[in-house]
Amino acid sequence: MGRLIAFLAPFAIGGVFVLALLVGAFMPRDAVTPDPTLALHKEAKEVSFQSDGPFGTYDRAQLQRGFKVYREVCSACHSLHQVAFRDLAALGFTQAEIKAIAKTNEQPTIDEKTGEPAMRPGLPSDKFYGPYANEVAARAANNNALPPDLSLMTKAREHGNRYVYSLLTGYANAPAGWKVPDGLNYNPYFKSINIAMPAPLASEGQVEYTDGTKPTVDQMAKDVAAFLTWTAEPKLVERHRTGFGAVIFLLIMTGLGYLSYRRVWAEIKYKTKKGEVASA
Amino acid sequence: MSFPWAKHYEPTTEVGKWIDSRLPLPRLIYDSVGAGYPVPKNLNYFYNFGVLAGVALVVQIITGIILAMHYTPNVGLAFNSVEHIMRDVNSGWMLRYMHAVGASFFFIVVYLHIFRGLYYGSYKPPREVLWLLGMVIYLLMMATGFMGYVLVWGQMSFWGATVITNLFSAIPVVGEAIHTWLLGGFSPDNATLNRFFSLHYLLPFVIFGVVILHVWALHIPGSNNPTGVDIKGPQDTVPFHPYYTAKDFFGLGVYFTLFAIVVFYLPNALGEPDNYIAANPLSTPAHIVPEWYYWPFYAILRAFTVNFLWVPAKLWGVLAMFSAILLLFFLPWLDKSPVRSNNYRPLSKLFFWVFVVDCLILGLCGGKPAAEPWLRISQFAAAYYFAHFLIILPIISRIERPLPLPKSISEAVLTNAGHSVEAARAAVAAVPQPAA
Amino acid sequence: MATDQAHVPAAGELTESGERRRDFIYIATGAFAAVGAATVAWPLINQMNPSADVLALASIDVDLAAVQPGQAIKISWRGLPVFARNLTQAEQDAANKVPVASLRDPQTLAERTKEGHTNWLITLGVCTHLGCVPLGAGEGETKGDFGGYFCPCHGSQYDTAARIRSGPAPKNLEVPQYAFKSPTSVTIG
Repeated sequence: MGRLIAFLAPFAIGGVFVLALLVGAFMPRDAVTPDPTLALHKEAKEVSFQSDGPFGTYDRAQLQRGFKVYREVCSACHSLHQVAFRDLAALGFTQAEIKAIAKTNEQPTIDEKTGEPAMRPGLPSDKFYGPYANEVAARAANNNALPPDLSLMTKAREHGNRYVYSLLTGYANAPAGWKVPDGLNYNPYFKSINIAMPAPLASEGQVEYTDGTKPTVDQMAKDVAAFLTWTAEPKLVERHRTGFGAVIFLLIMTGLGYLSYRRVWAEIKYKTKKGEVASA
Repeated sequence: MSFPWAKHYEPTTEVGKWIDSRLPLPRLIYDSVGAGYPVPKNLNYFYNFGVLAGVALVVQIITGIILAMHYTPNVGLAFNSVEHIMRDVNSGWMLRYMHAVGASFFFIVVYLHIFRGLYYGSYKPPREVLWLLGMVIYLLMMATGFMGYVLVWGQMSFWGATVITNLFSAIPVVGEAIHTWLLGGFSPDNATLNRFFSLHYLLPFVIFGVVILHVWALHIPGSNNPTGVDIKGPQDTVPFHPYYTAKDFFGLGVYFTLFAIVVFYLPNALGEPDNYIAANPLSTPAHIVPEWYYWPFYAILRAFTVNFLWVPAKLWGVLAMFSAILLLFFLPWLDKSPVRSNNYRPLSKLFFWVFVVDCLILGLCGGKPAAEPWLRISQFAAAYYFAHFLIILPIISRIERPLPLPKSISEAVLTNAGHSVEAARAAVAAVPQPAA
Repeated sequence: MATDQAHVPAAGELTESGERRRDFIYIATGAFAAVGAATVAWPLINQMNPSADVLALASIDVDLAAVQPGQAIKISWRGLPVFARNLTQAEQDAANKVPVASLRDPQTLAERTKEGHTNWLITLGVCTHLGCVPLGAGEGETKGDFGGYFCPCHGSQYDTAARIRSGPAPKNLEVPQYAFKSPTSVTIG
């Protein structure tokens, strides 16, 4: 009796699971209305950056331009909380320049005499503070939309820097029949199509470049996308370099390991395969 | 250990003898991964994955201990402390990527190790306990991997924790109480994060302990081999060292090369962009997926869409997901065929490959949004998953007529190489084996 | 050969030249593995050194304008207390009167202060014995037998130039690197 149960149990259990699944599988599906945003949504544009690919590096001049765009345009609403002013040395700024940049960014502190909340000029060791004290303040100032922190933006979206570039240059007029609610804007590169942020880079020369590059909207978008690639992955160049050495080293070591392996086995495997019988 | 012809450890130096009579650790190593462990000489590259999995575990433990030196398990600080590691800690970016990518590589290696065991019947007598311990390791790995992913406290961490802990609320009567108990609250919060950190630190050492038992259980019957035929004598084996240490070193080189390529050039390829957004308990990402190594089971969980036999769909999904893992524990008793290797089981081999494809399909469905056609595909694929183990395998093992087995490992090796049996026997005799 | 434990490797005998080539490959492989392990070990060790954000805090600006003669303030620098003391003329004289040769750690007050700012004694507030914070900088704290600092842990006494005079401490209180930016403000570190 016990044997019979043990014999039948798998079939019974398996049968129940299979039936439960097949009932679900053959159940007719309710008609699904397709999400209208899917038809309008566009994949990020094809655009290349110097940081792409296994040998990618950062173009410091471009990062500095991108930083200028962030400072003069994006930073009005978007924070950059993960980045410290000292990190800007990687963009080629001198210590004096970094000090000057940090000084303009007020940091919260307490008044040493009264203990009341106060502000002090920033130091190179500080991280970017602001523009809003907290999420409530940010929403209140932006019609209840929250401008996200940009530090990790290029890692937090598919296609990273290409997405940022596409979004910034992707504002367009809504197609006929698509209703954009009040206070929102049409941008097919944005996940839900209607974006609260109005086109931030609107006209050529909005940011003045000092290195002779022509500040077209396209150029500014590219530069700030490059800058945000750096803020999200500041160690990219170091990573690519270390990786190159590591992979080359490992390939040689593996090659030597293979030769050692062949030699250790020579008497057993390969000689017998060739029919040469080794004798002890 | 149980082979009479195994080489014996004999310390040659005075110091060696002194230690051997007090703490015979060198002897233990010699007997387990040294020249004192005879191993079938016909193991192929698929037998490298056991050692690779062990190395992957050690890499995870070392990098994990280091990350814990810089990580802060507090909901207000966790996400920023990970970024602190990525930006400020010396080589922190490399260690963190090694740990994150290392988890994926550990699972890749372990999956290949499991499928190798399935194909060559390594779960069959006398290796049932070896298989069971392996399954315990796999379960512990799943728990550890899940909790580790939560520690980052990004959006996927938070919502992954929410979804997975909610599975337990499907249990009738006590489900809600268990759910609250697991979280230490009503949603994932500081209490959850702290206990996950504690357990994520503990479990790898538990895994390490079970790995030692797993290796011990391996050494009692010795390794299985691609023919599935038992070792008949010294002519079938070679000492582990230097033969398999050399082969494993080469395998390790290939593994680390691939690992380095992903760590240094594609570190985020196996992750989700959403986890670079700090956790926000008020907004769920559009498309929640677990890490890829859970996808097949996630697909099974979601495949149950209708109430059936008075059991609600939610409970079916949870039951099925856990059963899908648990039934692997019963495999040695579901497949009763005396022939181990699928090389000699034509019917079983066919269904093995169907099963591999089925698992890949389930994995694919698990990574897609829960919508058609993926849902329906995953329902058929999940049905096959259960049918494979609970219906097909038991039947095959009764009706199948296996191909003739080679008399011994040596014979199989040499006939494969296309030689006369005489030459083969001579070659075998030429292999030096120590006197017992 | 089977019983020869020292000669474990592989099977069969090799010719002498074969042996050498084989040895070369084994040695090269082993050497690569060793170099690789050592290279990996370095980042694993180096990660415990101070991180970039900790190093960035290594210098601070301090305003001394409010410190009256005879008073001292405590500042936190790298997590360590720093004492900045405005010495009175009497305290400076007392320090200068001590014969330097008689000291355990011979230093003059001038060597321990900046030229033109000899009234400003800036030292770490860390006893050189075992790292406790000596008393004497705070209002109302005992200054010990020599009018400087007194360490309550093991009884070390420092004079008005923060030099060790009695007790177990081997050295004077350490003077950190600092520079005056203006007559009343310094950058430490």
